[in-house]
Amino acid sequence: MNYPCNSASHITRRTLLQTAGFGGLAWLTPVAHLLGRAQEKAPTHAPAKSIIMLWMAGGPSQLETFDPHEGKKIAGDTRAIDTSVKGVKLAHGLPRVAKVMDELTLVRSMVSKEGDHERAAYNVKTGYRPDPTLVHPSIGAVLCHEFPDAKMDIPRHISILPGQWPARGGYLGAQYDAFKVYNTNGRAGNITARVQPKRLDNRLAALEVVEQSFARGRRPDLDTKTTLHNTTIQKALRMMSSEQLSAFDVNQAPAKTRAAFGDTQFGRGCLAAIQLIGAGVRCVEVTLSGWDTHANNHEAHVTQNAILDPALAALIRELRTRKLLDQTIVICAGEFGRTPKINPADGRDHWPTGFSIALAGGGFRAGHVHGATAADGAKLDPLDKDSIHVADIHTTVQHALGIEYAKELMTPIGRPMALSDGRVIQTLLK
Amino acid sequence: MPSEKIAPPLWQRNLLFAVACVVGASAVVSNLLTSDTMSAPKHQAGRYEKPSFRMAVDWVDEEFAADWKKAKLEPAPPADELTQIRRLSLGLTGTIPSLQEIRAVEAQPEGERIQWWLSHLFADRRTSEYLAERFARAYVGVENGPFLIYRRRRFVSWLADEFEANRPYDEIVRSLITAEGLWTNNPEVNFVTVTVDQNEEKKGPDEVKLAARVTRAFLGVRIDCVQCHDDYLGDEWLQKDFHQLASFFGEADLAISGIRETGNPYEFEYRRQREMVKVPTIVPFQPELLPERGRPRHRLGRWVTHKENRAFARATVNRVWALMFGRPLVEPVDEIPLKDSLENPYPPGLEILTDDFIINNFNLQRLIRVIAATRVFGLDSKMPVGHAPPTLEHDEHRAAFTLSRLRPEQVAGSIIQSASLTAIDADSHIIFQLNRSIQQGDFIKRYGDIGEDEFYIQGGTIPQRLLMMNGTLVHERIKNDLVTNAASRILATASNDTKVVEATYLAVLSRRPSEAEAKYFVDALSQKSFLSRKAKQADLYWALINSTEFSWNH
Repeated sequence: MNYPCNSASHITRRTLLQTAGFGGLAWLTPVAHLLGRAQEKAPTHAPAKSIIMLWMAGGPSQLETFDPHEGKKIAGDTRAIDTSVKGVKLAHGLPRVAKVMDELTLVRSMVSKEGDHERAAYNVKTGYRPDPTLVHPSIGAVLCHEFPDAKMDIPRHISILPGQWPARGGYLGAQYDAFKVYNTNGRAGNITARVQPKRLDNRLAALEVVEQSFARGRRPDLDTKTTLHNTTIQKALRMMSSEQLSAFDVNQAPAKTRAAFGDTQFGRGCLAAIQLIGAGVRCVEVTLSGWDTHANNHEAHVTQNAILDPALAALIRELRTRKLLDQTIVICAGEFGRTPKINPADGRDHWPTGFSIALAGGGFRAGHVHGATAADGAKLDPLDKDSIHVADIHTTVQHALGIEYAKELMTPIGRPMALSDGRVIQTLLK
Repeated sequence: MPSEKIAPPLWQRNLLFAVACVVGASAVVSNLLTSDTMSAPKHQAGRYEKPSFRMAVDWVDEEFAADWKKAKLEPAPPADELTQIRRLSLGLTGTIPSLQEIRAVEAQPEGERIQWWLSHLFADRRTSEYLAERFARAYVGVENGPFLIYRRRRFVSWLADEFEANRPYDEIVRSLITAEGLWTNNPEVNFVTVTVDQNEEKKGPDEVKLAARVTRAFLGVRIDCVQCHDDYLGDEWLQKDFHQLASFFGEADLAISGIRETGNPYEFEYRRQREMVKVPTIVPFQPELLPERGRPRHRLGRWVTHKENRAFARATVNRVWALMFGRPLVEPVDEIPLKDSLENPYPPGLEILTDDFIINNFNLQRLIRVIAATRVFGLDSKMPVGHAPPTLEHDEHRAAFTLSRLRPEQVAGSIIQSASLTAIDADSHIIFQLNRSIQQGDFIKRYGDIGEDEFYIQGGTIPQRLLMMNGTLVHERIKNDLVTNAASRILATASNDTKVVEATYLAVLSRRPSEAEAKYFVDALSQKSFLSRKAKQADLYWALINSTEFSWNH
C-alpha cells in the first residue's frame, strides 16, 4: 500500500490548523487557482449539468462487456457482436447496448494502481487514491459543491441501491454525502412522518422548547455554523412535503418505458435516476453489485449482463427522448477490470491495468472508442500515451461540467487540494 | 395437505408454546422488576483525593489556568455532575447512563461521584468492549480485511479482555507488534494478518502497512508520509527512516501455522536507484533505546514501548483524551511533533499526563481517572446567564467543553438505552441484546459511519434527521409499550406529571428539565387535547430524542 503524500503541505499544515481548525466549516474556501491551462480548449457547447453514475460493484470483466477478444485464449467462449458503429464490437451479453453504441464513448485503456475493492472504489469514485490523512469527495459531491442551488427541496446527490462504499462528501462535509435510497418502490426512506400533520406540529413545537433551553449560554451561530441541527431539520421537513419527491417514483412512467429498463431493481433505479436528473438533481449513482467473479466468471456475467444490458440501453434512449442526454454525463464503471487469464475456478481475478469504462452524453463523443488491450491480455503500460488514468476521467468529466477542476480547496487538515489532478482527454470530447 | 404430515404432534407444539411463554414472561419480569438489582462496584472512597493522584490533576489544572489567563479567556464554569457522567458514559461505553444508574450515582456522596462512576464503568464489560472497538479502528481500521486469515471480531474481543484486566498498555502493544501463530488461536495476530494483500504477488504481511500503523497508532508520528520520497520541505524525516522501520517486519511471514519469523529480509528500491537493496533495521529516532539483541519485532516492540520513548505515552494520552472529549489534545490525533518549540508548544496538560502515564506503568484506567478529574474535563459547554457565550477561541483553548457530534453507534445506543430504565449491557437478557444489535446495525448503516476519520467535527445531515424523526428505531422505542419502552413505564409508574417529565428528561437527556421545560410539558400532559396521555408521552420522548442536545456530546 502506498500512501500518496503531497509534501508541500507538511510545513504549513499545523500552522493552518491552528488558525483554521476551529471555524467549523469555515475552511472550505477556494484558496488558489493553478496556472498553465492555456493549451486546453474551452467546451464548444453548453456544459453538462448532471451525472448518472452506474456503479458496477465488484469490478466487471472488460472481456465479457466492453472489450471482447473473441477467438483468443483470454476470451474463453465469449463472442463479440457487431454494434451500431462499424468496426466496434461488444461482448455478446450486451446486444441492446450494442444498438446504442453510436451514443457511447468506450475507454478500453483504463489503468490504476488499486487492486483492492475498497481502495479501488474510492479511487474511481473520487479520482484520488486513498490517503489516510483525509477523505476526498466523490465526483457528485464536487459537482454539488461547485454549483449550489437553493431551489431544490430534495438532495441533489443521490445513491440508489448503495453498495458498501456509497459516494461521500469527504472533506467537503457530510452534507455532500450521497442521499441513500435503499429501494426502488417509489419512496425514499424515512420521508413520511409517523404522525398526522397536526401532531407533527405539536412535536416540533415541543422540540423548539428543548432547543431554546439548549441554546441558552451558547453562540448564536452554533446551529448554522457548527451543528447544522435545526438547519437540517428544516431542510428535511421541506423535503418531506416537496412535490419533487415524485421523481423517486418510477410507477408514474408508462408501462412500456418501465419494461424497457428490465424488471429489476437496477433497471428501476436507472429510470428513477432519469426522473431525478429531470427534476434538477445533479448526480445519481445507481449500483449493480455481483461483478466480483473469482469463480464461474462467464456464468456470472450472463446474469449480470442480463440486468445491465436492457437498463443501460434504455437509459441512453430515454435520456435522448427526454432531451436530457446532452446535459447528462452517463458513466458506467466498476472499481477495476478482471484478469485476462482465467483461473482454475473458471473465474477472473482483479485487474487494474487495462480495463474498460463506458461514457455517454454531456459533451462526450458519440460512437467513439479510445485505446485497446492486446490480444494476449498483457498489462498496459501506464506511461503509454493511450493509457488513461482514473484521475484523467475525473478531470475530463469535471471539465465537461464546466467545473474549474484545477481550483484548490483548503481541506480540514490545512492542505490545499485540487478538485481533480488529472489531464483533460480532449479526444474523448466532442 | 403435505404440511400436516411434517408438522410435529400437537402436544409438542403446545409444549414449545408453553416454553416460549415462560421464557418470554421471565424476560419481561426480569426487565420490569428492576428496582435495585444494580450491583455496587468495588470503589475505595477517598482514594482519588490522595496526593499521588491529586498532584497530576492539579498540575494539569494549573497549566490550563495559565493558558486561559494568557489568552485572556474566562473559562466556563463547571458542568453539572450528570453532564460529566453522560460524557464519560458516551466516551467509554458508547451510550448514555440509564435512569437506574443516574439514581445510583446520585446516592453517592458529593465529590465522590465521578470517580465512583468510573469504578462502575470499569467493572462493566461494555466499557472494555467499546474502548477495544475504538482503539481497533486505529490498529486495524474498519474494513473487513483479508478473507479467512483476518478475524476482526476476535481481535476486538481479545483487546476487550486486555482492557478489562487493565493490562499495562505497553504490554498490550508489545503483544501486537510481536504476535505470532494463528489468527484464530492468538487473536492479536490479526494486527499483522490484516495487512496481507491477497491480490499482490508477494504473499505475507505488508511491512509498509505495518510500519505505518505502528508509527501512527502507537507513536503518533506520520513517518509513512516519506515512504515515496524524502520530506523536501520539512527536514524531519528521510525516506530511509520509514523503510528501515518497516524492515523490522521483514521476517514476519505467513505460513500454514500462521505468522512466523521465517520470511526474507525486507528489500526496497529507493527513489532514483535502480535496484532493490536490503534495508537494515534501524529506528528513526532515539536509537539508544533499541535493544541490541533479539528478533527484529521483539526489539522493535521494546523500543516503541520504552519508558523513555515519550512519543508512545504521548500518543496514547492524546488518543484517550480524544475518546473522552470527542477531539484530541493535538490534532490530528496521530500526528504529534516529537519535540515542542516556542512557536509550537505542546498544549497544556499533555506532558504532565504523559509523565503520569509512564510513571504509573501505562495504566489506562488511571489515565482515564486523572483526565476525568481535571477541571478542563468538567467545564461546561455553555456560559451562565449574563455572560458572553463561549467563542471559537474558547474551543481552541479548551476554556469550554467543545461540542462534538455523537458517532452513529453512540446515537443508536443512546436511543435504545433511553427506552430502558436499567442499563442495557453485556449481561442483559439475550432477547434484549439481540434486539439491540440488529436495530443498531441497521441504524448505523443509515446514520452513516465516518470510519477511521472520527475526530473531525462535522455537522448533522438530512438523512440523519429523517432517520431520527421518521425512522423505525425511534418510532419503536417511543411508542406505547409497557413491556419494552421506558416512556410507557414512566407514565404508568410515576406518581404525578412533574415526576413523569423529570424521569423522562433523566432517561433521555441525563438531566432534569428547566423550569420552563417542566411547565411546558407538565401542562401539555395535563391539558385536554385530541391526543391521549400515552401519545403525549411518546411525543415528549420524540422531542427530546430529536434535540441537538441528544445528538451531541456537550
